[in-house]
Amino acid sequence: MTTTTITPEEIIKKGKLVFKKTKLINDVPLSYCPGCGHGVAHRLVMEVVEEMGIWKDTIGVAPVGCSVLAYDFMNIDMVQAAHGRAPAVATGIKRVYPEKFVFTYQGDGDLAAIGTAETIHACNRGENIVIIFVNNGIYGMTGGQMAPTTLAGMKSSTSPYGRVVETMGYPLKITEMVATLPGVTYATRQAVHEAKYIRKAKRAIRKAFENQREKKGTSIVEIVSNCNSGWKMTPVESNNWLDENMLAYFPLGDIKK
Amino acid sequence: MKEVKLMKGNEAMAEAAIRAGADAYFGYPITPQSEVIEYLMHEEPHKRTGMQVLQAESELAAINMVYGAAAGGKRVMTSSSSPGISLKLEGISYMAGSELPCLIANVMRGGPGLGTIQPGQSDYFQAVKGGGHGDYRMIVLAPSTVQEMADFVELGFNLAFKYRNPVMILSDGAIGQMMEKVTLPNQKERLTDKEVIKRYDDWATTGKPETRSRNIITSLDLNPERHERHNIHLQEKYQTIEDNEIRYEEIQCEDADYILVAFGSSSRISQKVIQLGRDKGLKIGLIRPITLWPFPYKAIAKHADKVKGFLSLEMNAGQMVEDVKLAVNGKTKVIHYGRMGGIVATPSEVLNVIEEKLISNN
Repeated sequence: MTTTTITPEEIIKKGKLVFKKTKLINDVPLSYCPGCGHGVAHRLVMEVVEEMGIWKDTIGVAPVGCSVLAYDFMNIDMVQAAHGRAPAVATGIKRVYPEKFVFTYQGDGDLAAIGTAETIHACNRGENIVIIFVNNGIYGMTGGQMAPTTLAGMKSSTSPYGRVVETMGYPLKITEMVATLPGVTYATRQAVHEAKYIRKAKRAIRKAFENQREKKGTSIVEIVSNCNSGWKMTPVESNNWLDENMLAYFPLGDIKK
Repeated sequence: MKEVKLMKGNEAMAEAAIRAGADAYFGYPITPQSEVIEYLMHEEPHKRTGMQVLQAESELAAINMVYGAAAGGKRVMTSSSSPGISLKLEGISYMAGSELPCLIANVMRGGPGLGTIQPGQSDYFQAVKGGGHGDYRMIVLAPSTVQEMADFVELGFNLAFKYRNPVMILSDGAIGQMMEKVTLPNQKERLTDKEVIKRYDDWATTGKPETRSRNIITSLDLNPERHERHNIHLQEKYQTIEDNEIRYEEIQCEDADYILVAFGSSSRISQKVIQLGRDKGLKIGLIRPITLWPFPYKAIAKHADKVKGFLSLEMNAGQMVEDVKLAVNGKTKVIHYGRMGGIVATPSEVLNVIEEKLISNN
């Protein structure tokens, strides 16, 4: 029996190349749990930045939370912001480099709890930036605590018997809130757990960056995602749960366009 | 020709920021320093130099705007007063950790809490001993005149960029509000984007060209060895600053039996105390620390064997006196005198303290 070595290039030659990882995602292991939506969301943002040819002029702002290390994965200049402050940091960058493309990448705890003021006021000033808001209804990085977007009755380590809205408040629809502000030009809610949603989400992210190019003001793209670890489910179970519960409270689609 | 004007300390500082070629100012109003942002908004520096000015929604937001703009290698400034500085400490710690240059002015009022809107010097500890979390240091400049409010802006920016570190101008409500003659610095050209991108190519986040690897501004490192190395690097930098950047002024210390140590407004009262004392035959001198960190320990220590006592005069309950004691190291008597609540000690009151507590008890 003889063995032959085949290089990846030879394999590709034999077939038709239908998909390639964007060069703007680094070849390093992602720190996200298997099954998590962050990897897809990262890829979509970087694909858009590459396809628009703006990566030399793009500065990203990473949050505190699971995606704190986004700067390890995205091959562009990045600033890591304090918890919730990404929209203020992005404001600072954009005000001194108005021709650069600036985006924040934030989770629900970062954007909708500790950073509520920064989010609302950056949107209210119509800062010409893109906000990518990944909403998985829980604090993943710190081990599954209740988030501002945790659904009513949903269990977390700080709502172990389920979120009681009478004492813990209601899940916050912050994208709807900021959509009411005149500074916001585009507010949309997307998902990335199935191919059909991924394609739509990418178009939304593209539109958000196009808005920035056209100096239209703030664009916010919410991505409803899963947290199979924090929700204590398998990846498949978490996607089903997302479909049945998260999307019922956080319906997909454009809120303002 | 130099331009000489009669200005408030806060206004002089704002005008000096424009003239120092600052790229941006982000602030939030608070008494007694609101004139800084009012002056800047009125001057419209974007028309004069291209400098951006923005009123943020909070001190927290303002310092984080500074963080973002400084990450891009720009000369950025913010200012506030005591309660507002407490809010900025989060951002200051992050900027120290990620080694970003910036200038922060604290026009102090009395505390704790909301305290008073009257002048105070009770943020000495907060400014020189860290304030925010983590092992970091901030260069702290203490102006005592409106002239120094203006002069320390460019000095502060230069030190901030020399060491890639936050620098604070620690002033107080009296100097911020008083009007004095000030010789304004000449207008310095702002660097163009191209110049900034080229000059700080090795660290600033300005968009990644083909020619370099990406720049990341972060204070996070989850690898213990690497993070310890980063901290050691910071400590080495702080040592270099201590070795090179101590600034102070000595007044009539050559023949002094008693030395006052005072900064900012208190140092001005001290000069009158020296005069009153010497009229009575008491040989009093003054050491005025200009950098509160790095602190002029050696300048004080060299007098410790010769004088009969030191008085640390401060507008607080006794903060800098701890550093004076460290410098004197038990060789002679060190006492503190301070008024609070916005009350400024009178020179005769201070002289009484010297006579009763430093001289008669000696």
